[in-house]
This record gives sequence, structure tokens and C-alpha cells, in this order.
Amino acid sequence: MIWRTVRRIMREPLGAIGLTLVTVVELSAVFASGLTSYAPSKISPAERFASPSLLHLLGTDHLGRDLLTRVLYGGRVALLIALGATAVSLVVGVVLGLIAGYGPRWLDNVLLLIFDAVKSFPTVMLALTLVTLFGPSLYAVVLVVMLVNVPGYARIIRTQTLVLKSAEHVMAARSMGASAGRILRVHILPNIIGPILILISMDIPVVVAIEAGMSFLGLGVRPPTPSWGAILNDGFANIRDSYWIVIAGGLPIVLTTLGFTFFGETLRDLFDPRLKGRS
Amino acid sequence: MIRYALKRLWLGAIIISVAMMMMFAMVYLIPGDPASVALGPRATLEMKEALRERMGLDQPVWRQFVNFYGSALHGDLGTEVLSNRPVLDVVMEQLPFTLALVVGGITWSVALGIPLGCIAAVRRGGFVDQVIGVLSVAMIAVPSFVVAIYSLLVFAVALQWLPAIGAGEPGDLASRLQHLILPSLAVGLGWIGYISRMVRASMLETLEASHIRTARAFGLTEHRIVYTYALRIAVLPTITLLGVGIGHMLSSSVFAEIVFARPGIGKLVYEAISVRNYPIVSGAVLVTTVFFVLVNVAADILVGLLDPRVRSSFN
Repeated sequence: MIWRTVRRIMREPLGAIGLTLVTVVELSAVFASGLTSYAPSKISPAERFASPSLLHLLGTDHLGRDLLTRVLYGGRVALLIALGATAVSLVVGVVLGLIAGYGPRWLDNVLLLIFDAVKSFPTVMLALTLVTLFGPSLYAVVLVVMLVNVPGYARIIRTQTLVLKSAEHVMAARSMGASAGRILRVHILPNIIGPILILISMDIPVVVAIEAGMSFLGLGVRPPTPSWGAILNDGFANIRDSYWIVIAGGLPIVLTTLGFTFFGETLRDLFDPRLKGRS
Repeated sequence: MIRYALKRLWLGAIIISVAMMMMFAMVYLIPGDPASVALGPRATLEMKEALRERMGLDQPVWRQFVNFYGSALHGDLGTEVLSNRPVLDVVMEQLPFTLALVVGGITWSVALGIPLGCIAAVRRGGFVDQVIGVLSVAMIAVPSFVVAIYSLLVFAVALQWLPAIGAGEPGDLASRLQHLILPSLAVGLGWIGYISRMVRASMLETLEASHIRTARAFGLTEHRIVYTYALRIAVLPTITLLGVGIGHMLSSSVFAEIVFARPGIGKLVYEAISVRNYPIVSGAVLVTTVFFVLVNVAADILVGLLDPRVRSSFN
């Protein structure tokens, strides 16, 4: 089953590029410690601002840290946050969407209003406000991701729930006395989770961008934890003399976002063309 | 139609008041006493008390809340403590720079997105179409701050074709525009992709329409049909897209302003955070949100005017 899916994706040119990039990024993050002999946060003043060489393939930064190592470990941070924050948003979005779709009318209206209000904040402004409140941290990043994603997920779940609410098999279950919890869990959720998963795979690059962007502004992951955004920030301060630092920080962001986007687009076109234009 | 517009405006008003509530909560919840933060560690107790009284912090919460709401409705967002100037003035001073950036972003996205979409539609299924398709997805996917930094590196640092920092000499239009090229490209690049995809799709739909078939039957050239008759209809969905787009461009302008050291709302907020100047943060965020909501309401109403189906689906 999995192999057949993979083969179908690899047959599309975009899908092949996407899947390859995603695999490379993921493997290099998982095996980061085996791919490099340096420690990500080891400072070595003698090697500050070394340009790319065989010893340091991507060069070193202002503290003499090996950039390739920081990029590899930064991938761990980026992917962990992307997967973790997306999973949390999914759970919250599904619960709120089911409540809005299956619950009483007034609750539905209140929730819709809240979704609209949250969505009406420009993302970066929202992030800046939250960081002012709670200070820069990993949790601030996760919170921003949730606030950006949950309203969208919940809205889609809600619409699908409304449609299924009056479907025959749900009516039948209800007439046999099934509880609301059981109906939602057994009869509604399994029918709506598929399309949502495809949409989410297309949101991963957005989350990667949020984490990198916030860390670039110094509002996300705290140093010395390696993060692609933080590398960009270090490099930006020295862009005139040491161009390789920004290249090292930006390239993985470009490759990851491109990879996941190409992959997600192919997945959507293959499995659910109806979702086209939804995001 | 009027009912639809009123409903949309009402929703906008509710959203703005929820946003105001969040702003109030933010200023109120911030750890530490705003008066001590503003005055610094060496302030005497009397100085703090005096400032607390001036800021209205000695009154009960509900009273503060009513005051905040009432004065915000009058356009009074409080006074910035450091320079003693009204917050609204400080924010409004920066707004034109950010708006210029957003308008620049729209210009880029429309000027490149529409032609790319047309070409892709005309060459449907061909090599050119595929290249434009991949390019569009790539432009959408790559985050704007990476575009900003890379374009700075290539065009300002390495090639030195364009200036790297600032907004240009006041009063000198050519210099202002020159300083706008790179930052607005960073802001608008993703939307080139969105618009080209949208125009391609709606152009393909339009080319099937009966009046286009008639035009073909009359023997008009394909060029004339696509660029004069079909394009006029095919660009309509772009308006809705830009309504959403302006908000997103507002977000990415924060990065563009910081990378290119341009004045603007984003830079104002960013700098206010690092010195804990909270009235400026909440004021600027509130102004941006109101602007964002108004743009979206305007776009929705405009689309409602153009497409009656949208109106009925809203009810």
C-alpha cells in the first residue's frame, strides 16, 4: 500500500522532487550526530568567520561554530516544532470543529466568531504581541502556530461535520440511541480525517517558516539552540563580509519549504483533487 | 446588497472590539508594573505613584477597561511615556512607509502575476505552462524573509545595483522608488505565484465561455481574444485574492522593514518590544488590525457587488 503510493508520487516530476527533498531533510535531521564530527554549540574562537572549506563545508559563524553542524541540528528543531505544533493544532482544531458542527447553534456561532477574530490578526503582529506577553521561547512559537492553524482546521471540520450530521448512517446510529460522543468518534471523525491530513501536509512549510521567521527576529528558539532562523540572524549581522552564513541559514529553509510544498501539492492532486484551491 | 454589506461591517466591528479586548488584556496582564517599567529602576516611589495616577492605573480594572475603550473610540490610544507624544501620532507617522511597501508588493504581484497566468493558460499543458506552474508554487512556498535577505545579498551587497538600507531621501521620488524595489519584491513575490495560478485557472474557464466562442467565430486573432476580451473577466477573482493578500503583505512587511532597515510599523513594533514600550506595541498592533479588517470587509463587499452568489451564501 505504502509502496504503491510512493510509486505514484514518484511518477509525477514535482512529487519526485518533493519526496526526495523531504526524505533528505528528514534523514539528515535524524542522523545529524552521525553526519558531522562537530558539536552544534561548540565555540572555537580561532576559527571565527572561516569561509567554506573541506574542514568546514559551509564555513563557520562569528563564534567559530561549524555551520553544517548547526544546519543539521537546526533541522531537528525545525521538524520537531513543525510536527509537534501541527499535531497539537490538529487535535484542538478537530475538537473545536466537532463541537461547532455537532453542538448547539449558539455555541457554533460563538466559535465561528472567535475563529474569524483570531484569523483577522496579521500573523506577524500576532506573534509580536504574544512574545511581548510571554517572552521569546519555543512555546511562544507553538502558540503562534496554533493560533494561525486552528481556526482553519476547525472550520473545515465543522463544515464536514454539518454535512455528515444528517447523513443516513449517522441518523441510524442516533435512532438506536448512540451517544453524541460515540457518533462523533465512530461515525463522523473517520470520514473527515483524510482530507484534513492532506491539508496539513501542505501546512508544514508554513510552520517551518513561522519557526524560522520568529527565530530570525530573536523571538523564537533561544540561543545557543541551533535554528535555521537564528543562523540567518547571525549571518545577517555580518552579511557584507561573511556571505556564506546567510546562505547556510537560508538554503535549508528554501529546500524544506519547497520540498514539503511540492510533496503536498502532488498528494492533494492525486488523492483529493476537490481540495484544489482550498488553501 | 445593503443587508449583506451591513452584516459584513457588523462582523468587522465585532472583530475589532474583540481585538481591542485582547490588547487591553495584554497591557493589563504584562508582568510588572508598567509605571516602574517606563520610569526605570532609579525612580522614586512618588514618581511611580504620580505616573500610575496619570496612566489611570490606580483605578479598578473595569474602570480602566471602560476608559481604554472610550478613548480608543475617540482615536486616543494613550500617550507614549518616553517622548510624551500621543501613541496614535507615532504610529500614523510610520504608516505611510508600510503602506508604500504593500502598494509596491501589489504592483510587483499584479505586474508579473497576470501576464504569467495568461501565458500559462494560452500554452496550457505545454512546457512553458509547466515551468510557470513550478515557478508559481516555488514563489508561494519560499518565506518572504529569506527572499528579503537573499535579494539583499545578491542585488545590494554583491552586485550593488540597488541600495541596501533606508527608505531614500525625503522629497526625492526617484531615490524613494529605488529604495522600494527590493523590499517590495520580497513582500510581493509570493503573491506573483498566487495571482498567476488564479489568473491561469479563471482564464481557462473564461476561454470556454460562449462570447469567446463567438469572438473566435468572427475570426478575431487569438492574441486579441485573450488579452482584450477574456482577460477583462479573468482578472476579477484577483480582487478577492488581493484583499487577503494585503493582510499577508502587511505581515511580511515587518521582515522587509527590518532586513532593509526601513522605517515603518513593523520596525516600530519590533523596536518597541525590545525596550518594553508597551503602549506603542498595543497601539500599532491595533491600528494594523483595524486596517486589515477594513481591507477585508471592503474586498468582501466589492466581490459581493460583482458576484451575487457570494451574497446569498453569506446568509
